[in-house]
Amino acid sequence: MKGATIVGAHELPPQRTTPGVTSLEMIARAGRAAVLDAGLTPKDIDGLMIGPQVGETPQHAPAALSEYLGLQPRFADIVDLGGASGPGMVWRAAAAIAAGMADTVLCVLGNARDTERVPRSPNRNPIREFDVPYGASGANQAYAMVAQAHMAEFGTTAEQLAQVPVKQRQNAMLNPNAVFHGKEITVDDVLSSPVVMSPLHLLEVVMPCGGGAAVVVTSADRATDLRHDPVHLLGAGEMVTHRALSQAPRLTTSPLAPAIDQAYRMANVRAGDLDFLSIYDCYSIVVAETVEDAGFCPKGEAGAWLDEADFSITSQLPINPHGGQLSTGQSDLAGGMGHLVEAVLQLRGDADGRQIDDPELALVTGNGATLSEEVALVLGSSRA
Amino acid sequence: MKDEPQAMTANASGAGTTPAIRRPGLVTTPLSQPFWDLANDGKFAIQNCVDCGHRQHYPRNICINCWSEKLTWMAAGGTGTVWTFTVVEKPGHPAWAPETPYVIALVELDEGPRAMTRIVDCSPAEVAVGMAVTLQPTWDEQLEQTLLNFAPAASE
Repeated sequence: MKGATIVGAHELPPQRTTPGVTSLEMIARAGRAAVLDAGLTPKDIDGLMIGPQVGETPQHAPAALSEYLGLQPRFADIVDLGGASGPGMVWRAAAAIAAGMADTVLCVLGNARDTERVPRSPNRNPIREFDVPYGASGANQAYAMVAQAHMAEFGTTAEQLAQVPVKQRQNAMLNPNAVFHGKEITVDDVLSSPVVMSPLHLLEVVMPCGGGAAVVVTSADRATDLRHDPVHLLGAGEMVTHRALSQAPRLTTSPLAPAIDQAYRMANVRAGDLDFLSIYDCYSIVVAETVEDAGFCPKGEAGAWLDEADFSITSQLPINPHGGQLSTGQSDLAGGMGHLVEAVLQLRGDADGRQIDDPELALVTGNGATLSEEVALVLGSSRA
Repeated sequence: MKDEPQAMTANASGAGTTPAIRRPGLVTTPLSQPFWDLANDGKFAIQNCVDCGHRQHYPRNICINCWSEKLTWMAAGGTGTVWTFTVVEKPGHPAWAPETPYVIALVELDEGPRAMTRIVDCSPAEVAVGMAVTLQPTWDEQLEQTLLNFAPAASE
């Protein structure tokens, strides 16, 4: 922990009531004051830690706060340790800095206390206020808008995006745990499935499921005498840019691009070194943008690349050998953990029935909200 | 949104009730209330930073560029372009089903900020990325609020 330094601090004067002020505003006031105290500017902040009780925002709170503050941190997190949250943030910030995940972390807690104004809705965040009145809610509309932008800018076609669910479904024929195991689909099946929101068809959208997934992380020393060959974390990158799609810095390049770049640099690998991809796929367009952002084809050329790509376990670059969430189903947040579990099994040689031949390096990605909160990991087998 | 209850409303004849799903109601904060009040006057209000000149939507208590707290309201000119859009066939809330297909879009105002809106007064097939649009304030009876929709810019 040596080397971490606290350079700014500020406490707002507590008030019995804070009429009309939202928690987002209160957190902005406190965070601004601490950064000013440090003699820094918002441009210097590349890490953000907040508490769990952001009154108006039940989910995706780090992204909502990053957006509200105009920050694009490389590291963002909630610390939910009650009255120990503040001190708990400090060692985590130090750990993040030591790991190369951030340089300057804003640790901020704040709440409104409005005894007069009873919230009419538990969810009063900016999306609820400024998007929902127009008939815009849920994830489908946001990813549809991202796909629309990619098609408009680069001429990507519906047939090309349909390659993603079709080729992943072929992989799922080897995964009996996938909800769509045994159900092959064609490009025509995808294009003739109902349009949910243009240009997205039903078969380009994940199926909600129940389930769970977990991994255990320990030190390299402790790992040496355990049951399985270890899988090493070689590099990591994170980027959080927005919550509402209207506030996204761009549509056709995702925040995965800088996150993957950082993970590659930390692991000292290039795209061509990877043996397979286990990449987040809530919608077809996410895989398309990810293969561009990961450097497998130039920006804008994912459509033609997907036409040619072989996702299968015998190819040069298998993609989502378990079938991806579009085949396995999405057990809420565990769906993203599933990509990590699949990468671990493959790198250990334990992917029964769908094992890639001796892989050493994998890229794993996670994606939250609307291409808003992104994580990339480079994992290596015990031989890597 | 799942936080709005289903309401039972009297049907036209008044005899018995017809189930109707109410759309999610309007949610505002004291800081944002001027935005909605100005919308009722047909104006799209954005925030202008006195210190750095940055313009932003939605309204906040700090400028997202320089964190100044000196923000003033200004009325946008009401012209912009479609950044992206989608035609909603299966809406995110059942109360919007009778309105499908409808077009929601992110419009980039000429002043810079982007906003979620509806594109109205044209068929969904006419909407395209990059299309020029103009503000089309539309009174919403149920929300008792003017919404800031957009329509294709009048062609000369």
